[in-house]
Amino acid sequence: MKHVDTPTRPGEATSEIPDVEVTLNVNGDPYRMRLDSRVTLLDALRDHLGLTGAKKGCDQGACGACTVLVDGKRIVSCLALAAQYDGREITTLEGLTDDGEPHPLQKAFARHDAFQCGYCTPGQIMSAVSLQAEGRAGTDADICEFMSGNICRCGAYPNIRAAIRDVVSEANDASV
Amino acid sequence: MRPFEYVRPAETEQAVAAVTADPRTSFLAGGTTQLDLMKDGVLDPQRLVDITRLPLKGIMHADSRVHVGALTTMEELAADPMLRERLPFVREALLLGASTQLRNMATIGGNLLQRARCRYFRDPTVAACNKRNPGSGCAAIHGIQRMHAILGTSDQCIALHASDVAVPFVALDVVVHVQGVDGPRAIPLTQFYREPGTTPHIENVLKHGELITEVEIPLLPEGVLSHYLKVRDRVSYEFALTSAGVALQMEGDIIREARIGLGGVGTVPWRAWSAEDVLRGATVSAESFQAAAEAALEGARTLPGTAFKVELAKRTLVRTLETVAGASS
Repeated sequence: MKHVDTPTRPGEATSEIPDVEVTLNVNGDPYRMRLDSRVTLLDALRDHLGLTGAKKGCDQGACGACTVLVDGKRIVSCLALAAQYDGREITTLEGLTDDGEPHPLQKAFARHDAFQCGYCTPGQIMSAVSLQAEGRAGTDADICEFMSGNICRCGAYPNIRAAIRDVVSEANDASV
Repeated sequence: MRPFEYVRPAETEQAVAAVTADPRTSFLAGGTTQLDLMKDGVLDPQRLVDITRLPLKGIMHADSRVHVGALTTMEELAADPMLRERLPFVREALLLGASTQLRNMATIGGNLLQRARCRYFRDPTVAACNKRNPGSGCAAIHGIQRMHAILGTSDQCIALHASDVAVPFVALDVVVHVQGVDGPRAIPLTQFYREPGTTPHIENVLKHGELITEVEIPLLPEGVLSHYLKVRDRVSYEFALTSAGVALQMEGDIIREARIGLGGVGTVPWRAWSAEDVLRGATVSAESFQAAAEAALEGARTLPGTAFKVELAKRTLVRTLETVAGASS
């Protein structure tokens, strides 16, 4: 991945780097921070709050490893400036557990061995949580289409689909 | 990424004034193109004006038109029930673009202003790019061209406009409403984009600081069917090699009116006017569809890497016409 990291323009002092005051509501708790305006939501979560569930894969919005929910909707946090999400409700993988009890999708991923290296898994699970809320997990074709923003380079797709199918059909059974 | 100042004005007027006043200040909406290009060092604004909290969000239906606030996201627009019922090809084009995550961020205004996916434009270590650095040449013309344009190109730029939803939008004569410091104006989308010619760095008719506030979509007459077909290198989450957005108004097997947009082929979202002329009044047949496809691709200029697109684009259009006419009968 290409990264052009230029901390300052020639002649500029580091003290002139603009910063912003941001309050992020993450997994129900507010965090007030003063950040370099360039800090992405992903970097704020990982480097400033120590929430390393969201992963940095491509850092250009192509792989989905950094997927989090904002006001209940999934986004890629690497293409989001933290400042833009001031005051918004953010849910990361860490926020899925209920009193230490894993989310049904987390359990299903473990049960179905829906990963190899595991790096894409948090993003896959956040996306799957969102997929279920969107009502788009009805068929395998829909699962494929609407999970396509999450890349798994190990190729665990069949088991990822099985895990999602499992939870969705359970939920459907329960609601009958 | 270079340092920049981040500001979030409360009023549209303030945002427009702030960007207009300074050539190094840019609007920031969904950020999916802007931040990506800033990370890569292609864009280098000194100040970003976050417009995402301006009151430019939401969908309104009135007088056979859908008024879409520019900050409405792609997912929000795709969920509009009127689109599903009356403009299925717009909905299809929206949902075949990007991923759900990106569609939850990307706005309709930003979609229309998305920058070229040309890998040479997006890589500042490549010296020759007339779009990034006017007068420096075009690396793509001597490079790998699979994802480049064959219509509306010049010898200075062959970068493709990669929007899916802009394809049905140009076919529908969508109108773009913009706000500048001198007031608002309305621009038909078919007159919004500029082909590269000798100035590939100028992509549309907006003045610096003018802000898209609304996209106005005219509904098609009731009973008009439409379809968007996208052909790509993988089945999902990929840009189009070719695509077609078609709406046909039928009377028996006579085509009364045709609207055709093409994607994956043009330096701007491509309205296939000549193909529409061929089909207006024609009878549904393999011959008339083929004639329309030939007319649509007339004047295509290919390079070794894009030569395959002429036949692929014709077949994409013919297939889309067959689908719409088949569903109408």
